[in-house]
Amino acid sequence: MRKISLEINGKKIKKEIPDHTTLSGLLRDILNLTGTHIGCDTSQCGACVVHVDGKSIKSCTALAADLDGSKITTIEGLVSNGKLHPMQEAFKKMHGLQCGFCTPGMVMSAIDLLKNKKNPSDQEIRDWLEGNICRCTGYQNIVAAVKEAASKM
Amino acid sequence: MASLVGSRVERKEDKRFLTGKGRYTADINIANQTYAVFIRSPHARAKIKKIDTSKALKSPGVVDILTGEHIAQDKIGGLIAGWAIRSEDNSEMKCPANPPLAKDNVNFVGDPIAVVFAESLDEAKAAAELVKIDYKVLKAVTSLADTMKSETIHDGIDKNLCYDWLLGDRQKVKEAFDKADKIIKLDITNNRLIPNAMEPRACVIDYNTASEEITCYTTSQNPHLSRLIMSAFGGVAPENKLRVVAPDVGGGFGSKINLYNEEIVCSWAAKKIERPIKWIADRTESFLTDTHGRDHITHAELAVTNDGKFLGFKNETIANLGAYARVFGTVTPTYLFGPCATGVYVMPAAYSNVKAVYTNTAPVDAYRGAGRPEATYTIERIVDKAAIELGMDPIEIRMKNFPTEFPFKQTLVHQVDSGDYIAGLKKAKEMADYDGFAARKKDSESRGKLRGIGVTTYFEACGIAPSPVVMMLGCGVGLWESAEVRFNPTGQVTVYTGSHSHGQSHQTTFAQIAADELGVPIENIDIVHGDTDKGTFGMGTYGSRSLTVGGIAIVNACKKIVAKGKRIAAKMLEASEEDVEFKDGEYVVAKSNKKKTIGEVAFASYLPGVRDEVKSPLPEGEEPGLIESSFFDPANFSFPAGSHIAEVEIDPETGNVKLDKYTAVDDFGTIVNPTIVEGQVHGGLAQGIGQALTENAEYDESGQLITASYMDYTMPRADNFPEFNLGFTCTKATTNPLGVKGCGEAGAIAAPPTVMNAVINALDGHEIQMPATAEKVWKACKEIKKTNAKAA
Repeated sequence: MRKISLEINGKKIKKEIPDHTTLSGLLRDILNLTGTHIGCDTSQCGACVVHVDGKSIKSCTALAADLDGSKITTIEGLVSNGKLHPMQEAFKKMHGLQCGFCTPGMVMSAIDLLKNKKNPSDQEIRDWLEGNICRCTGYQNIVAAVKEAASKM
Repeated sequence: MASLVGSRVERKEDKRFLTGKGRYTADINIANQTYAVFIRSPHARAKIKKIDTSKALKSPGVVDILTGEHIAQDKIGGLIAGWAIRSEDNSEMKCPANPPLAKDNVNFVGDPIAVVFAESLDEAKAAAELVKIDYKVLKAVTSLADTMKSETIHDGIDKNLCYDWLLGDRQKVKEAFDKADKIIKLDITNNRLIPNAMEPRACVIDYNTASEEITCYTTSQNPHLSRLIMSAFGGVAPENKLRVVAPDVGGGFGSKINLYNEEIVCSWAAKKIERPIKWIADRTESFLTDTHGRDHITHAELAVTNDGKFLGFKNETIANLGAYARVFGTVTPTYLFGPCATGVYVMPAAYSNVKAVYTNTAPVDAYRGAGRPEATYTIERIVDKAAIELGMDPIEIRMKNFPTEFPFKQTLVHQVDSGDYIAGLKKAKEMADYDGFAARKKDSESRGKLRGIGVTTYFEACGIAPSPVVMMLGCGVGLWESAEVRFNPTGQVTVYTGSHSHGQSHQTTFAQIAADELGVPIENIDIVHGDTDKGTFGMGTYGSRSLTVGGIAIVNACKKIVAKGKRIAAKMLEASEEDVEFKDGEYVVAKSNKKKTIGEVAFASYLPGVRDEVKSPLPEGEEPGLIESSFFDPANFSFPAGSHIAEVEIDPETGNVKLDKYTAVDDFGTIVNPTIVEGQVHGGLAQGIGQALTENAEYDESGQLITASYMDYTMPRADNFPEFNLGFTCTKATTNPLGVKGCGEAGAIAAPPTVMNAVINALDGHEIQMPATAEKVWKACKEIKKTNAKAA
């Protein structure tokens, strides 16, 4: 067991957790933040992507204990003052989601892309999102959503 | 009021998904829950000699461990095939028992044998490691081509053959072939796929010791049917003591049609251990135990005249059922496949013969398209081969054999009510700039690349129903759909549907339909689905049936509401019913300004009294309330169709296939929400292109699935696709009041032959099998080079 302190979606938390607790396990099973999804456990599908200190990572293969003192943002932390984040708005507007399961990870990855590159090309978006699998959309409207968000952010 | 049918309404479901507030099965926790871990066979085929749980039972946190013995003691039934198919000789199909936990034999890697329940997932996993099982390992049957010559997997099922089925007329085909100028022959495989919904399967079970009610939250496409099977065949509990809830479900694609072992076992066990149970598959479990798709070997022949007229077609297929026959396992390679075998063509004679066999692999069942992709792949590939052998253009040979009049009596079964295949192909040709291909090919060649173009015209039979037909063909239940529409006294509407959305956007499209029918703002309409305690029994979502069957049930229930409302409104307005017209949510008396909104009528219907008067606003004999239901059973399937054109560029040095252009022109009849339909096409295309270029489920000789992770099974990713170019034509379906046809499976049906025709075109007609991986294409390029060098 190990004590950690984190800031999650703007709130400071202190928890005592088993050493092997993954970040996704902490979020979902201990903090009940179930917006972060587990699609594979092997860092392949990207449904579990969250931001740690502003950078996107796959939370299913990060140990929570390693992240002591970090600031973490999950899909639940994007809404501010009751308003959707421009990326969330863009996914809604462009029909960038269907079943919604990969969506949290997709949105978190896409936000990180726009931090790195303001106006990415279609190819740059597709390359960046290569680590996020979606089985429903064929990615076309996800690409459209990221472009839409880029024009608004 | 503008019609909402046809408009791009934004989805009502998105906000919860985009803010992390979706409620998937794995998100549900019940106080005091235990965690289940299944112990699965590591062998493809073995006898279970002994199971020793003694050490595991003493492991920390273990609540109980149950095995097939316990299942047998409690007489819990197993999984079933939903369709009874007869062989050509009229004998009944042969299906093995499929107990929820294997007791004596295991038949595929992943077959569940025992289950551990513990206070935590870690403890359950640790205890599972301590369960000792002695096996007598037997030789696995994994080669589809050799299955019928192999050892018998299931006692009493000779040659591992479930059935040897025929549709069509062998004699007529022989006569047609005798008259042919040329016989085109094709041997192809339809590669095995794993559906891979992004949400792994899961179930959470609650048991109420006082009411004795079991609640099973599960990842299902059809919770009502799951409850029926679990109750009637599993004997887990009577239906009234069993509630099945499929909350938000993260994709299905057919893999979540079936009721699975884990749902039966956990529902039964929750009552036994008197504790809630949570089970979530990890991804490898999903790979091993979700139903797989496709997996056919086919020999096909097409008889043609020298000028490209089709005379006859035959299709000899071996279909892999995997270890057991499941709900749609036996119908997928027969009635969902055979009738579509002749595609969109006038074909004077045809037959499809399918031998469905058991192997020591995961059960194979419906996967997006189910049977129709396999049929379409065969016909569209052989038609292209005919064009090559006759020296014709692939569009020309197709145009020459299309029907010109509808309804079109298709060769084998279907009476296709509407369509216009010529218009679709013409439009696709134009949108794809087919005529500019030669110039693009030249450009590719100048860069040392090979370029190919591929065409497909498909039709499919979906909107799976009607009951009398499907039951005549062997379905164990009628395939209608139900809806109930309830007005609240204050004017909002709740629509209950037996369909289930796991990405299809029912909350939006069904609300659009109801809003148009009732003249109520869409914001005031809620769609409820996926809970056997809410709404009537329903048949669920698969086979592109939600809109064409379930949506029409909603329309019909709304029409009943409007009719009852009219009777009440007439009384309220002191007019005769004939003089009252309903439009845009208002009942208006002809030639007057007297009117009542449907909301006012709903209010009056619930509160039928006037103060100080013994007077009801309801007509005499009318019951209070404004609630109506409908069970819709259509007269026929729906028959969407379309033409797709793909262009690929191949690098002969690496064998890499780049899909450069993809044009899809589809006819789905009336389109309720173009944005959502486009999304369905995109998703179907991605799966179809995945089948053609990257995806393949592979077992080794011993029956180990060697593609059991995302590192080994090549899921298509964002950078695998170009931007798809979509177009639509419209011939309305005549068998439902909206004129709608199914759209969910089209992409997965049309894309494999379209892409493969393009790849083979780039390779100058050199045949390769799906998936066209870089390795296969590179080898083909080398072979072509060698042949060309010899010829020179």
